[in-house]
Amino acid sequence: MAEYRILSPTAILGYGFPESSFAAGLKKKPHLIAADAGSTDPGPYYLGAGVSFTGRLAVKRDLTLMLAAGFDLGIPVIVGTAGGSGGQPHLSWTAQIVREIAAEKKLNFKMALIHAEIERDFLLTKLRQGKLSPLGSVSAIKEHDIIEAVRIVGQMGAEPFIRALNEGARVILAGRAYDPAVFAASAIVAGFAPGPAFHLGKILECGAIAATPGSGSDCLFGVLNHHSFTVEPLNPLRCCTVTSVAAHTLYEKSNPLLLPGPGGMLNLSACQFKQENNPSGQNRIVRVSGSRFIPAAQYTVKIEGVKRIGFRTVCLAGCRDPVMIKNIKILMERVRERVKDNFSRENYRYYLDFKLYGLNGVMGAGEPVKTTRAHELGIIIEAVAPTQEIANTICGFARTTMLHADYPERIATAGNLAFPYSPSDFATGEVFNFHIYHLLEVDDPCALFPVEIVHL
Amino acid sequence: MTKVKLKSLAKVIRSKNAGPFELTLDIIFPEERSFEKVRKSGALNAALFARLYGLDINRVLSVVEFPAALAIKATLVRPVPSGHLGDGDVYGAQQHAPLLDVEIPLEKDG
Repeated sequence: MAEYRILSPTAILGYGFPESSFAAGLKKKPHLIAADAGSTDPGPYYLGAGVSFTGRLAVKRDLTLMLAAGFDLGIPVIVGTAGGSGGQPHLSWTAQIVREIAAEKKLNFKMALIHAEIERDFLLTKLRQGKLSPLGSVSAIKEHDIIEAVRIVGQMGAEPFIRALNEGARVILAGRAYDPAVFAASAIVAGFAPGPAFHLGKILECGAIAATPGSGSDCLFGVLNHHSFTVEPLNPLRCCTVTSVAAHTLYEKSNPLLLPGPGGMLNLSACQFKQENNPSGQNRIVRVSGSRFIPAAQYTVKIEGVKRIGFRTVCLAGCRDPVMIKNIKILMERVRERVKDNFSRENYRYYLDFKLYGLNGVMGAGEPVKTTRAHELGIIIEAVAPTQEIANTICGFARTTMLHADYPERIATAGNLAFPYSPSDFATGEVFNFHIYHLLEVDDPCALFPVEIVHL
Repeated sequence: MTKVKLKSLAKVIRSKNAGPFELTLDIIFPEERSFEKVRKSGALNAALFARLYGLDINRVLSVVEFPAALAIKATLVRPVPSGHLGDGDVYGAQQHAPLLDVEIPLEKDG
């Protein structure tokens, strides 16, 4: 096999893609349709609560087109980090969507579910054996961190995908996975080198973000050869340029030249990016060569875990009074003091915060602009407490206090806040923190990630 | 010697999480000339990023040049991890603004 062709429909399953781009990709006869479905970017909530950050119907729409095309062409369809965080509930949620589609479209196939959740007891044993180390600037893990964890996932490499393919799976839904592995595994099975395969996967996993103009909801097509690969967009509005593709290599990574992953390091220091013409003579394709994969002496798997720290309630409000805007910090402190005083007998533990959009809502204490010229402020009152009831109470009490509290030079005495909605307060439920972000030494890259075969 | 704002030399100035605990800033130039000018000025160094983001210099993890992308990239420890109490930018995608007006000293003929 001289080349291996991969269609990446979208940056994240559920972000969508134009059907015209997808059809153009299918015409090029891909050997694989694959998508990454997750990220830690949406924050710790989704891993903790076991829910997806993308909408169910949007995921079903993307999967329906992908599964039907995969079935027509007789090629595998692979999804990594199913359900957004790749834990057990996320994987089951995605599998249920696939079952629905298979029933509706009368498709029969062998599906592999690759599990990625890690048991606390197993991890405690590994901690005692000294197999865990912190990643980057995170502090060392302790036993209570593991005991407190609500959910822990491991990020699988290519090996569990390879096992699932060797077991004859036509559709693979994987829990938490290294994004490039979702694209590279089947090419490695076909005999292609892991360096270019992983680097191609690294670019494809973000869909058309590597093109210009970039988009997270459009397709990108990759062609892997034995020593290099090309990428090209499928939408005539977009081009891949040397800069757009090389720049994408920087995206979301600390060091653009050395990208550590499960079982080794992608070394891009000798990479070359070259513009190529497509058959119509347009400069839309980029060829990348020189990507190397350096296997590590010790295979490690990244693990991610979250713990619950409480429940949150927020209140959304606005302020259009220039005198209040000038004195907003005094008002905020008065509200904090009144809340504290009012519940001093109960001794509630709570976190009360105000986000002031128009002042420093986005950058907080790091905001370099210290005085605002805004004529109105957006205000979020936030309470986090050990129970939802206390969070509701603290947020609601801060709201009613802020609405009617006095501040210097006040001339509008009817009410300090404009509420856009009734109800004004929103209980957002559990609050989680990422507290495990570590590397786990393993002997067998597949041992943590059982492959379950399902016949549909 | 003249001073030019970074936003008039770069094509892309952006920030994003690199995992939940780090923030990474990319400055990408439109052509080799502006990339080289800024690179040679030495203005985009760890001390600058520490000052702009109010961090100790040891919290600036790296400042890397990537000629293939005409880019300079800095990675910082997030002051508050993504989604932790007090964070205002879970994706870290709106932390680039302090870079826009950084003044780059350039040779007059450059």
